[in-house]
Amino acid sequence: MNRRVLTILLPVLVGALMIGLWYVFRLHVLAADQRFLLPAPDAILGALIEKGSTLWSATLTTATGAFLGFGLAVALSFSLALALSLSPLIRAGFYPYLMMLQLTPIIVLAPILILWVGPGLKSVVIITFLICFFPLVVNTTQGLISTDRNLVELFRMGRASRLQEIFLLRVPSSLPYFFTGLRIAATLAPIGAIVGDAYAGNSAGGQGGLGFLTIIYSAQFQLPALFATAAVGCLLGFVFAGTVVALSWFALHHWHDSYQRKDL
Amino acid sequence: MSQPPPIVEFKDATKRFGGGAPVLSGITLRASPGEFVSLIGPSGCGKSTLLRLIAGLTPLSEGQLSVGGHPAGKEAGDLAFVFQESTLLPWLTVRRNIEVMLRLRHTPADQRRALADQMLALVGLEPFAAHYPRQLSGGQKMRVSIARALTLQPSLLLLDEPFGALDEMTRDRLNEELLAIRDRRQWTAFFVTHSVAEAVFLSNRIIVLAANPGRIAHEVTVDLPYPRTAETRLSSDYLKRVADVSRLLRSVEAPPPAFASP
Repeated sequence: MNRRVLTILLPVLVGALMIGLWYVFRLHVLAADQRFLLPAPDAILGALIEKGSTLWSATLTTATGAFLGFGLAVALSFSLALALSLSPLIRAGFYPYLMMLQLTPIIVLAPILILWVGPGLKSVVIITFLICFFPLVVNTTQGLISTDRNLVELFRMGRASRLQEIFLLRVPSSLPYFFTGLRIAATLAPIGAIVGDAYAGNSAGGQGGLGFLTIIYSAQFQLPALFATAAVGCLLGFVFAGTVVALSWFALHHWHDSYQRKDL
Repeated sequence: MSQPPPIVEFKDATKRFGGGAPVLSGITLRASPGEFVSLIGPSGCGKSTLLRLIAGLTPLSEGQLSVGGHPAGKEAGDLAFVFQESTLLPWLTVRRNIEVMLRLRHTPADQRRALADQMLALVGLEPFAAHYPRQLSGGQKMRVSIARALTLQPSLLLLDEPFGALDEMTRDRLNEELLAIRDRRQWTAFFVTHSVAEAVFLSNRIIVLAANPGRIAHEVTVDLPYPRTAETRLSSDYLKRVADVSRLLRSVEAPPPAFASP
């Protein structure tokens, strides 16, 4: 069979197999009084349809927070990376604090942030930003300082200005690293927004996001709805990651070896 | 007796890195406009360093060096460098790679385009203008690199083992092309190589360097007439020169390393 067909068919088959196992496990392993813990896929689908409009508006709220936090992280991390790339001393000065930022549990920071800026979108954006920032800044900085030495010398020979060296040489050659950071950040952004929303979500005017819904559904023991929320969150992650993968393809496939076709 | 003013002149020049032993010592050398000078010698003889000194990529430690009548490094505008590797920007097409040095000088786009077209034709890469470097062979990449250097219309071209990584057939062909291109614009060339055959084929003068410290051991004038072509390689004059220079090179080469500890 054609390899192309197989690469599409196999995931579908594996998915079907897992759903089958799910039913089998539920009906033949779990005792009747435990079954509510693992709702059947059709029950989850039902919850998804039943809560459709609530989930949709919650997804939009979460997506807004994720997108804004992610965007802010991209913009600020790029600026900081440019500064960090200028000298090893600047890097030495800043890196410990970047590490601190990354290693501090966000969950502890969340209540502090809420006290500072209040619940709602602002807190969610900041929490998402904090989660996305580190992988972006580290990867982009690494990219900016990993420019081929010979190319740097070529630019110096050509009497390139500092700005020409940065924008015609260092920035384009850092793109593969930048996109590595971007992919990591894109998968973290929706998670960050949902975590932030669980802490800092604001139900006023139906503005709660997926994290907020999670808290409500778990308090109400609505397991099918919780599973449906998880599915929607997963889908949002796919949208973010997929967009970045597409952007990365557009920026790199012409020239970068990671997209080199074997038959080229 | 009047000599043309030299384009490159070393006077008792020494180069050391940091406080270490000299890499090059007592270099006195002058090259006149239009000469093709090859630098050959064992590893560590400082031939690449000599080139980088002329380019102003690294400063002289003692002595004097003038390039185009100015102290090296000051007015290096009129020279171009071809590196050991093709050093192309992988994210740019062949055409944009050829234009890149002009872009650094803020040459207007239409002039850049016109010059790049000329250079593409000169190195026979017109059909590849829109290709990316990874789609090219090693020889094609080196052609792009040479075309890029020539967009600067240099009077002095410095080539640091440009064909070292290529197979012999490609290397021979590129040697012929390089001389053919040079027929049209009489730039002066300094060419670093490990290949005696290549040096004899290209140059009118060969500088044989010895190592520890790097110094000029021999100078050989190659009086074979230009234009030189594939036919030249078959002539007995050429083969005799290759044998002579090989002998000189062997005489300056360090004895094989002893296996006993020093």
